Amino acid sequence: MALQGLLWCIAVLLGTGAAALALARRRAGGSLVYALSLAATAGAFLLAGASLLAPASLGDALSLPLGVPWLGAHFRLDALSAFFLAVVNLGGAGASLFGLGYGRHEEAPARVLPFFPAFLAGMNLVLVAADAFTFLFAWEFMSLSSWALVMAHHRRPGNAAAGYLYLLMASFGTLALILAFGLLSGPSGGYEFDAIRGAQAGGGLAAVALVLVLVGAGSKAGIVPLHVWLPLAHPAAPSHVSALMSGVMTKVAVYGFVRVAFDLLGAPLWWWGALVALIGGITAVMGVLHALMEHDLKRLLAYHTVENIGIIFIGLGLALAFEANQMPAPAALALTAALFHVFNHSLFKSLLFFGAGAVLGATGERDMERLGGLIHRMPKTAFLFLVGSAAISALPPFNGFVSEWLTFQAILLSPALPQWLLKFLVPAIGALLALSAALAAACFVKAFGVTFLGRPRSAAARDAVETDGWSLAAMGVLAALCLLAGILPGYFIDALAPVTQALAGSHLPEQRQLDWLTIVPVAHSRSSYNGLLVFLFIAASAGLAAAAIHRFASSAARRSAPWDCGFPDPSPATQYTAGSFSQPIRRVFGTVVFRAREEVHMPPPGDLRPAVLHVELRDLLWDALYAPLTGLVGYCAGVLNKVQFLTIRAYLTLVFSALVLLLMVLAAWQ
Amino acid sequence: MAIAVDLAVQLVQMMLVLAAAPLLTGYVRKVKAHLVRRQGPPLLQPYRDLARLLRKEVVLAESASWLFRAAPYLVFAATWVAASLVPSFATGLIFNYAADVIAIVALLGSARFMLALAGLDVGTSFGGIGSSREMMIASLAEPAMLMVVFTLSLMAGSTQLSSIAASMQAPEVGLRVSLALALVALVMVAIAENGRIPVDNPATHLELTMVHEAMILEYSGRHLAVIELASYLKLLLYVSVIGCVFFPWGIAQSGQGAAAYLGGVAVYAVKLAAGGLALAVFETAIAKMRVFRYSDFLGAALMLGLLATLLLFVSQVT
Repeated sequence: MALQGLLWCIAVLLGTGAAALALARRRAGGSLVYALSLAATAGAFLLAGASLLAPASLGDALSLPLGVPWLGAHFRLDALSAFFLAVVNLGGAGASLFGLGYGRHEEAPARVLPFFPAFLAGMNLVLVAADAFTFLFAWEFMSLSSWALVMAHHRRPGNAAAGYLYLLMASFGTLALILAFGLLSGPSGGYEFDAIRGAQAGGGLAAVALVLVLVGAGSKAGIVPLHVWLPLAHPAAPSHVSALMSGVMTKVAVYGFVRVAFDLLGAPLWWWGALVALIGGITAVMGVLHALMEHDLKRLLAYHTVENIGIIFIGLGLALAFEANQMPAPAALALTAALFHVFNHSLFKSLLFFGAGAVLGATGERDMERLGGLIHRMPKTAFLFLVGSAAISALPPFNGFVSEWLTFQAILLSPALPQWLLKFLVPAIGALLALSAALAAACFVKAFGVTFLGRPRSAAARDAVETDGWSLAAMGVLAALCLLAGILPGYFIDALAPVTQALAGSHLPEQRQLDWLTIVPVAHSRSSYNGLLVFLFIAASAGLAAAAIHRFASSAARRSAPWDCGFPDPSPATQYTAGSFSQPIRRVFGTVVFRAREEVHMPPPGDLRPAVLHVELRDLLWDALYAPLTGLVGYCAGVLNKVQFLTIRAYLTLVFSALVLLLMVLAAWQ
Repeated sequence: MAIAVDLAVQLVQMMLVLAAAPLLTGYVRKVKAHLVRRQGPPLLQPYRDLARLLRKEVVLAESASWLFRAAPYLVFAATWVAASLVPSFATGLIFNYAADVIAIVALLGSARFMLALAGLDVGTSFGGIGSSREMMIASLAEPAMLMVVFTLSLMAGSTQLSSIAASMQAPEVGLRVSLALALVALVMVAIAENGRIPVDNPATHLELTMVHEAMILEYSGRHLAVIELASYLKLLLYVSVIGCVFFPWGIAQSGQGAAAYLGGVAVYAVKLAAGGLALAVFETAIAKMRVFRYSDFLGAALMLGLLATLLLFVSQVT
């Protein structure tokens, strides 16, 4: 039942996309498209959420006579799909709501409106697909529709290059996935997921398939070193689409990995977990360090997506390692942590991208060095962005903390793993996770502080006005959910129980029965956290302290010029900027990771030119991996270019010799 | 009835840390003054400072926003809640389970996050320098602290401070290399987090090397009082954590009755005094570091913590 409803929602989305081709020219067309998308995604969210909470309704399967004639299109709704459908459609509904307001400023609506619902439909289709062909078709549909959205503003400098890189990486990822599914389905060609699951590919084959899926899904999710396209492509799209790409599409990629690694591949080997968790740890730290060096607000957020994907993959890797050692309860804990972080990240990343979009709409600026003081002009946006910043920095009582806390708890269970490599690796990964959490807090002090606090650094920031009601409503809903998932995590963890039960064979003890809504992942004596109590305590003691001081001590206040040690300077240029804020961290980490070099050009005394500080950062990964690769491709293209200018005789000879060669290969084969 | 007693004991704990925190800071100042042959301010001077500041009016910068006014109370509340969740004179209090030690570290992180934002709010260069350096220190100190937490909770099989304290009291714990490394790392983190010498100097103003004082430079009146109180509480919190984990003797168990609680309070006072004395001696004996040496100092703490955890991981027999 639920599956049919979902397919109808997808059909509505596709229909909306087609209708938008005509509607885009009309004035009210944009609102209609976003309203229809909102209705469809909200419906899909309710259906998916309801079937996740009532697991009896899961397991619907359906096949339609579409696609490859002898295969058809298979769809299935199980716990894993239902969870990710809920995440995707919640983010989709938020983006549609935001789009109702934000989309009005769109300069080229005809380039956005048809692809927006199509993109949503593509992501939904990936999640319900139950055979390799439908999955890959939907995956590619999702990639291409999002590529079209990235290219919506293709005349802006850099966007065309970003779109090109995205297209290349997406094709590369799909290629890896095609090979992986080819290996999994074997020579007999059982492309349905049920057949793949039944076939149980052997050790070596499964390992190759795992690496291929890690490359294919990981390049879409943005794991290091396949992340290079992400911080370019995600910010290039309109902001609500950036939110969808960063907050939601990366989750579809995580789904692809989880589906294959936990479901289709069969029993994992322990080193899969080590590999995935290590990549996750490196991804987390590299992502946040890149974000710290960034002063483009949207690109900073995109790099944080890389970081959070790393945190999710740490959880997934630990879950694989535990599962390989037949430890279902810790595996369920690690998997719950990863999936809860998937949900949380989709909430706060969408919220933050909406905030960045509101700032962009109000000021036309993405560069933080030209913003500042927006808390006075856009107080509501500032407050909601602050909630998102606190949530992504893993600060209690918000939701990001809970999922990182669960990941830490999973790490603390790992000494029981028998493999020596894991014993050495897991504490180091724990240190990487702790480092990335602390650096994320530093980065969001910078992002929020430089953008919203201080004094305006440009006329655009000084004259900004608060964004519209639809956008604020979308951000408000997400911010409320961030707090709700942080103070009542037990309900969300319970909703994940059917997923972990299906994938890891166990689930966390039921949380909602516990006193005071505490969460206890393993045992009461071991660890517990109560977000609600912490929140109430903080609210009560802050409120009481403020009330008591105002009542009994003093409530007088007066405004005056800033003190600034006696030398206040009226120029806003004397404030700390994004670059100067991260300078200490650049000195500590950047000299190694980015080969950061600072040069000061100081004019001689008497010369009135300003001194110039030049900072040079190198992306070592690009230098070591991508630059040689592009060089190689360019070289090969240059050599092959000669083939374009041969005589007709030479071409005929080439064709003939190719034919002979192929026949010889065929003869040797048999 | 039992729950009322439990709640009362928890309330006593909250009030005790609040009341004792300024005294600890006053004591450290007094000892430091004595060590350099000065008379020093009276022990109760911090209370007088707070009372004086509370009565004064607040002077707000023109560019200050609501965040600047809300931040002191939030910083204070988060620090106070964190400090009351650390067992001081008794373990197993009714709300101890609400947050384990990871959550306590994160609560301090929340407080720091708000304070660093407040430093940037007015838009002056001093506020920015303080916030930027504070977050750089935190980005190394927090992971180091979490590594210490890992070590302790692996040893105790729990991340609850009450359970950790209880298991450290057990006779079979004994002396372990990991514990020693963790203690050194925790002390280094505590020094950095509280802005003590050699990382920061709590007694200076108008010095380019300052961190915490630069961040709160624009604060005055009751806001400043609340922030000062929060920083006193933070010092007390770290001394309490070190006391209850590494020197867990004499802590009362929940429900042991008034006599045990009183004994616990007395032992706690001794621990605070010993911690304050050690801090004062250490601070007097050492010189302040350059800013860009902090990373060496804190990196060493992080490595010690990681080493302690690794040793435990490797030595744990399944």
